[in-house]
Amino acid sequence: MKERLTGIIKKNQQLVDGIFEMTLSVDTISNEATVGQFVNLYSIRKDLLLPRPISICEIDKENGQIKLVYAVVGKGTADFSQMQEGDSIQMMGPFGNGFTISEDTKEHVVVGGGIGVPPLLELVKRLKGDISVYLGFRCDPILVKEFRMYTDKVYVATEDGSNGVKGNVIDLLHKHPPKATMIYSCGPKPMLKAVADWSKEKKIEAQLSMEERMACGIGACLVCTCKSKKDDDWDYKRVCKDGPVFWRDEVMWDE
Amino acid sequence: MNRPDLKVNIAGVELKNPVMTASGTFGSGLEYGEYIDLNQLGAVVTKGVASVPWKGNSGVRVAETYGGMLNSVGLQNPGIEEFIKKDIPFLRKYDTKIVVNIAGKTLEEYCSVVERLYDEDVDLLELNISCPNVKEGGVCFGTDTEMVSYVVKEVKKRAKQPLIVKLTPNVTDIAAIAKAAEAAGADAISLINTLLGMAIDIYRRKPVLGNIVGGLSGPAIKPVALRMVYQVANAVKVPIIGMGGIISGEDAVEFLLAGATGIAVGTANFVNPRATMDVLEGVEEYLVKYNEDKVIDIIGTLNI
Repeated sequence: MKERLTGIIKKNQQLVDGIFEMTLSVDTISNEATVGQFVNLYSIRKDLLLPRPISICEIDKENGQIKLVYAVVGKGTADFSQMQEGDSIQMMGPFGNGFTISEDTKEHVVVGGGIGVPPLLELVKRLKGDISVYLGFRCDPILVKEFRMYTDKVYVATEDGSNGVKGNVIDLLHKHPPKATMIYSCGPKPMLKAVADWSKEKKIEAQLSMEERMACGIGACLVCTCKSKKDDDWDYKRVCKDGPVFWRDEVMWDE
Repeated sequence: MNRPDLKVNIAGVELKNPVMTASGTFGSGLEYGEYIDLNQLGAVVTKGVASVPWKGNSGVRVAETYGGMLNSVGLQNPGIEEFIKKDIPFLRKYDTKIVVNIAGKTLEEYCSVVERLYDEDVDLLELNISCPNVKEGGVCFGTDTEMVSYVVKEVKKRAKQPLIVKLTPNVTDIAAIAKAAEAAGADAISLINTLLGMAIDIYRRKPVLGNIVGGLSGPAIKPVALRMVYQVANAVKVPIIGMGGIISGEDAVEFLLAGATGIAVGTANFVNPRATMDVLEGVEEYLVKYNEDKVIDIIGTLNI
């Protein structure tokens, strides 16, 4: 039976303003996790009942560790940011359906925006062939150096132009048109929509990792929805269980 | 010492223990089978099912609040046909009772689900009268004694299985509603459903929920739930299933002492998928500690 796990914090430090990196020792999760999955972290505060879903940035099976990169967006994540090396944290996972990696695909395009960038790092590590990475940020980039360890083609854009190209990932894709047979993307919804449109125009398949507010994380509560095509109709799929990674052609954007 | 006898009887159906799941927090159990042995549950109360599939509400459906949460899922469900095809056969593999929660926007919709379940292998029905009545301008069925009486009577006529009526707490006199349900033929009463609430994002000056308002659940509502169970227990003779913020064995014992025969674990399942087992173990520990041989011996034994 699956159960709540205790992770031991090995490192927890700020990368840039409001974004932290946490390395956890939790071998049940590092053994099971695949690319694009997430974990649920619990706050020690009793008034905050619900776990926080955080995507897995790196999986280190050998050492029984995972790395999470998270933004402080509320009370729960603010608490996490205060935790110290050696502290333990209650957690569950890994959850969700991650990215599909096909051996036959040789030309990969990876597009990330903001706090959607972290789960793409483990993906890039595992892809084989030609990899182009397009990363967009509001101002301070994260993990760029890490991505460059796996491919020379890492392009960065910032909205304020303080780093890389001034603009967004779509501007980058126009500026450095990639060779691609598969696109993998994670980021804010407007960016995912733009990537979906761009990939459709270029007739390239795309996998999109969606984000939603969640409660249970295991597919029971039905609060995290992705409006999806279903035969001639549509329905709300569960981001936590049916996703978070969806094929572009199933996602509907009209709400 | 022998293990205490946990059996309870709800409207002629014997449950191996009083621990049930609250509708809408447990699906039909599939997702929880990885975390607990479903055979250990007194009953699984399935997510509200309607005559046809309901897509549910758009926009943000959840907001965390102090010691609780708001949801505006809007009873998303696959409809009774899909439910009969998939959920009943899945649950029948387990040694637990099946309680089917029924949703509807009109009396006809409730009746059609009940009639469709007539020959199906389920143990109890639970009527969710917290739904808005679309023919009466969206007023909730469960807030008016006459409407409760009418809908319960009509549904009861068509039901083969015993009928539990689940009450909304968003009323001024819960005991009057409970009495109306009992007089109309309810075989048991469950309460409480969620309390209507709201959360606001002050930075965007917008409601957090896409639906603006939603149902509050979790430990924050437990005192209200307990008060209502106590009031209803003093007003009706039919068995009561108490719920609202139960997260531990101690919480469950409070409801039993207040007069509930069964108890349901809801939002706690989202916090901890093993919550039902924690509650069950806690109730058993309490009985052992206070030398009670049977759980039924403590029901409604509050010293006033």
